[in-house]
Amino acid sequence: MSALPASRDDASPLSARAGLRVALPIVVLIAAIVAWDLVVRLNQIPPYVLPGPLLVASTLIQDWPVLFGSLLTTLWTTLEGFVAAAVGGIALALLFNQSRLLEYSLFPYAVVLQVTPVIAIAPLLLIYLPQETAVIVCAWIVAFFPVLSNTTLGLNSVDRNLTGLFRLYGASRWQTLLRLKLPAALPYILGGLRIAGGLSLIGAVVAEIAAGSAGAGSGLAYRIAESGYRLNIPRMFAALLLLSTAGIVIYLLLALLSHLLLRRWHESALGKDN
Amino acid sequence: MATSPRPSAADADATGPAIELRGVTKTYRTGTLALGPVDLDIDRGEFVSLLGPSGCGKSTALRMIAGLAAPSSGRIEVGTASPRGRGEHPISFVFQEPTLMPWASIRHNVALPLKLAHVASAEIARRVDDVLARVDLSEFAEAFPRELSGGMKMRTSLARALVTRPDILLMDEPFAALDEITRFRINDDLLELWRELQMTVVFVTHSVFESVYLSQRVVVMTPRPGRIAATFDIDAPKERGEEFRLSADYAAQCREVSRALASASEGALSTREAQA
Repeated sequence: MSALPASRDDASPLSARAGLRVALPIVVLIAAIVAWDLVVRLNQIPPYVLPGPLLVASTLIQDWPVLFGSLLTTLWTTLEGFVAAAVGGIALALLFNQSRLLEYSLFPYAVVLQVTPVIAIAPLLLIYLPQETAVIVCAWIVAFFPVLSNTTLGLNSVDRNLTGLFRLYGASRWQTLLRLKLPAALPYILGGLRIAGGLSLIGAVVAEIAAGSAGAGSGLAYRIAESGYRLNIPRMFAALLLLSTAGIVIYLLLALLSHLLLRRWHESALGKDN
Repeated sequence: MATSPRPSAADADATGPAIELRGVTKTYRTGTLALGPVDLDIDRGEFVSLLGPSGCGKSTALRMIAGLAAPSSGRIEVGTASPRGRGEHPISFVFQEPTLMPWASIRHNVALPLKLAHVASAEIARRVDDVLARVDLSEFAEAFPRELSGGMKMRTSLARALVTRPDILLMDEPFAALDEITRFRINDDLLELWRELQMTVVFVTHSVFESVYLSQRVVVMTPRPGRIAATFDIDAPKERGEEFRLSADYAAQCREVSRALASASEGALSTREAQA
């Protein structure tokens, strides 16, 4: 901050800072691409070892029909896994909140599911389930725990006096849930969903890779594996690029959703000057 | 909740006390006796302050009257004057913090008790407008709690308590966090509302000045376990203002209550030392 040049009175330091926050990552990106290109050119690295950025870009355009189809497949799996994780995680947290017995009996197994690496479970799932289902289940397993634990935390963080107030006015269980607990837990739920979005993409990719050559898969991860076998490294890079772009977009969308829902009232959505 | 008092039609004779505590005690799960035994009658329409040091169980007493906590022993009776209509609740509670829902506008916060009672939305709008006008918050109906000052948040809390047309208003150190100027103003507003709406008010505070300024009766309590050390009838008209606050009469009564509070605290200290 103090390194910023003191500008004229009419230029607000806040907008200058916001500009820097956008400009700096872009500068870094451009520098990295230029460096990448130079390394490839100067050392004359063959494309099957490390393709240059221009080759990756042209491959992306050339192979677009194949890659785009794969992207849609992977995104669809991710979405299904994410929705299942969101609904499952929130519903399970609500059940736990209503019944302590249920929470005590089931929560340890939710943890077990979370700590077992999904890459180790995926081959098993692929044996027992049809491939499409197995992939979705993988995405779900990875993504549901942050939703569950965050929602549980949120439901347990309700202001004690507000709870007392609802009791004083004879609110039913349902009213307390709908008007008090869920809104109070909303910031936590959204935090969980933001983590789950990225994780369900990871889950989908892991399952596709585990299915690998055995499956009739056509997702992006499958393309990456396939391109690897065929030494089609430029396409591998192009698919990878698409995959991380998808991850970023998912994150941004969920951050936007969170901002829209919380901006009027929650601390996390307020500017630092407020 | 099972042991807590619930007002019923049978209590509806207008002569008995509004609130009756008989041998009420509260023992915490750890085994410490926090309160009592306490015997106390509060008349209908009376403004009573419970005054005591922090941790003397006065808030606990208030929560038990509200039915938010159950007494460990003893009996609490709460009587209400009239049969209640929809969305009318005999007891309202104002907490130390404003206790508003941050995700809801001022209007929706105030409307909460009526919504919980399934009152028709047209009537909710009418009653909320009415009560917001009473506490001078009409312009801020659509604002969110975080946009308001501490005093305005407390007014919102007060409006929510009044919207159910309570017979009994229980207040737990409601203005402790406000600055003095705001507190003086909101004290006067509270007195005006009390005279107008003819409620019974039980006001918990640790401020001698506030208790003497507001109440008809000040109940001084001892430190833990909270017991009644002394009771003072405040000699002043119902209508009070700046003149009373600056009068020698007010100062004298404050001094008297202050002395009682100090000796109640000392008494408890010396018995504790004697036990040790």
